[in-house]
Amino acid sequence: MTGLLPTLLRRLGFYALATWAALTLNFVVPRLMPGDPAQAIFARFQGSLDPAALDAMRTAFGVSDTPIWSQYFQYLLHTAQGELGTSLVYFPAPVTEVIGTGLLWTVFLAGVSVVVAFLVGSALGAWAAWRRGGWLDRIGPPLLALIGAFPYFWLAMVAVWALGFQLGWFPVRHAYGVDVSPGWSLAFLVSMTQHAVLPAGTMVLASLGGWLLTMRNTMVGVLDTDAVRYAHIRGLPPHRILWHYAVRNAMLPSLTSFGMAIGFVLSGALLTEIVFGYPGQGYLLLQAVRGQDYPLLQGLFLTISLAVLAANFGVDVLTLALDPRTRR
Amino acid sequence: MMRALWENPQARAGLVVFGAMLAVALVGPFLVADPDAFVARPLSPPSMDHLLGTTGQGQDVLAQTVVGARTTLGLGVLVGLLVVAIGSVVGGLAGYFGGKVDELLSLLINVSLVLPGLPLMVVLAAYLPAGPGSMAAVLVVTGWAWNARVVRSQVLSLRKRDFVDAAIVAGESPLRVLVVEILPNMASLLGGAVIGATTYAIGAQVGLEFLGLGDLSAITWGTNLYWATNDSALLTGSWWTFVPTGAAIALTGFALALLNFGLDGVTNPALAAGAGTGAPGPQPTPVRRSP
Repeated sequence: MTGLLPTLLRRLGFYALATWAALTLNFVVPRLMPGDPAQAIFARFQGSLDPAALDAMRTAFGVSDTPIWSQYFQYLLHTAQGELGTSLVYFPAPVTEVIGTGLLWTVFLAGVSVVVAFLVGSALGAWAAWRRGGWLDRIGPPLLALIGAFPYFWLAMVAVWALGFQLGWFPVRHAYGVDVSPGWSLAFLVSMTQHAVLPAGTMVLASLGGWLLTMRNTMVGVLDTDAVRYAHIRGLPPHRILWHYAVRNAMLPSLTSFGMAIGFVLSGALLTEIVFGYPGQGYLLLQAVRGQDYPLLQGLFLTISLAVLAANFGVDVLTLALDPRTRR
Repeated sequence: MMRALWENPQARAGLVVFGAMLAVALVGPFLVADPDAFVARPLSPPSMDHLLGTTGQGQDVLAQTVVGARTTLGLGVLVGLLVVAIGSVVGGLAGYFGGKVDELLSLLINVSLVLPGLPLMVVLAAYLPAGPGSMAAVLVVTGWAWNARVVRSQVLSLRKRDFVDAAIVAGESPLRVLVVEILPNMASLLGGAVIGATTYAIGAQVGLEFLGLGDLSAITWGTNLYWATNDSALLTGSWWTFVPTGAAIALTGFALALLNFGLDGVTNPALAAGAGTGAPGPQPTPVRRSP
């Protein structure tokens, strides 16, 4: 089982299994938990929900007399058709519609943050290892570790308070100003960027340390290999050794942890969004928790999980393309 | 080992700071005022009477931060230990038996690792009755896999050593070989794992409580931040309601990170200054991130 295709298929199989696990968890959790959230919902919405919606929800939460297996298959069928039920907070909008409004914002915010943090952190880490014992190597890791010890959302709170309210440098709520409407206009793009600087900035700051440390420690090892030593002996210019010999080899472990970091950063992004009132998945998650909107909550879990799985698969494919050793 | 750790400046700083936090958590609550009592005008800034000011409910911020240390650190350390214990058993069994058992358990570990933590925690916490027991359960269920993976790869390599074969030939049961023979040989790795898992448990717990999941009537670092936002601390500029708690969380996390760096430096020869042995040495313990 060597070569690119079999490995790719095996990874695909793994993600299919993980997707199935997420789907099944989503089905099992409400049924295993003590208490009956569905009953509470029914009690609250008895008057306002029409009987058909109530029935649909009963099936979704397993409060029906049909055997569990048929419920499970019905659930899988509904989910495959994009049928996730009706949101209670945003009643009567279907969950898919509610989630759809926030998905792009989260992907944008988390995507920009994780890529910027990865590039900047890895570059700093490479530099710290290259100038080992230099000022960046001595100050960088502990300083960023200290910043990274703060919860993402707490850094966000401080940023909102200090840079937003006190100094008034940045807007502190929503993803774009009230004076522009979404579209491909320059005014909207400018407003969007202004609104993204603080949330993305705090997330980059909080996650920079991890990248710096991973890259630095791998680089230290790579710089010590015979290949790099030989490059020095051949008299290659230092910048060529740095970029073509050391960084290229040291990137791979960082890339591997990139896949894993997506989940972490996304979790951090969800909480950061809440602080900024950024209209993404995190904000919806908060609404769902506050309003005990279980259908929305589960829909969010499902979409976020699937997004993370897809992103991880992307990183896997990239790693396979870049590192022949992984094609085993 | 403890001596080497103490002589490492990073580890020592970490030990001192974390020890101080633990001391505050243990003794502090007896020394401060009632954290629930209404003591002064809501959102009054720090003064001699109330060193860190008051919350939006007119409670003493210092008292809340100190009492929060006890609840948050207590649960954090407990969950840290539990997570590593479960991770060691699952990862240990996978590494020890290898073959089909390993394949199955590794699959389970990898699937749990790839699913994003926070959304799953939120769903679980939303369905469970609020309280420390539920919180611990949620954190353990979503956190065990990381350590299982680290332990598995280490056990996999220790499994091939002669002393393990000797123990098996002597007729010891697999669980005994794992717990008595193999795991003690990776004490520093497990120590690092407990430190990492505690950091994770504190961060995740604070994040969940900030979302409003958890027992909102209890006083923890997470609920402190939840109430600070709810009482519009940001809008009114009442920095004293959220800065002390955040600083305490960061100080704890930083102390644990320093301790882990120190542990790595002491036990991992590749990172020791001036070491040069050729091939890329063993990788440092991966840094785990939590929201």
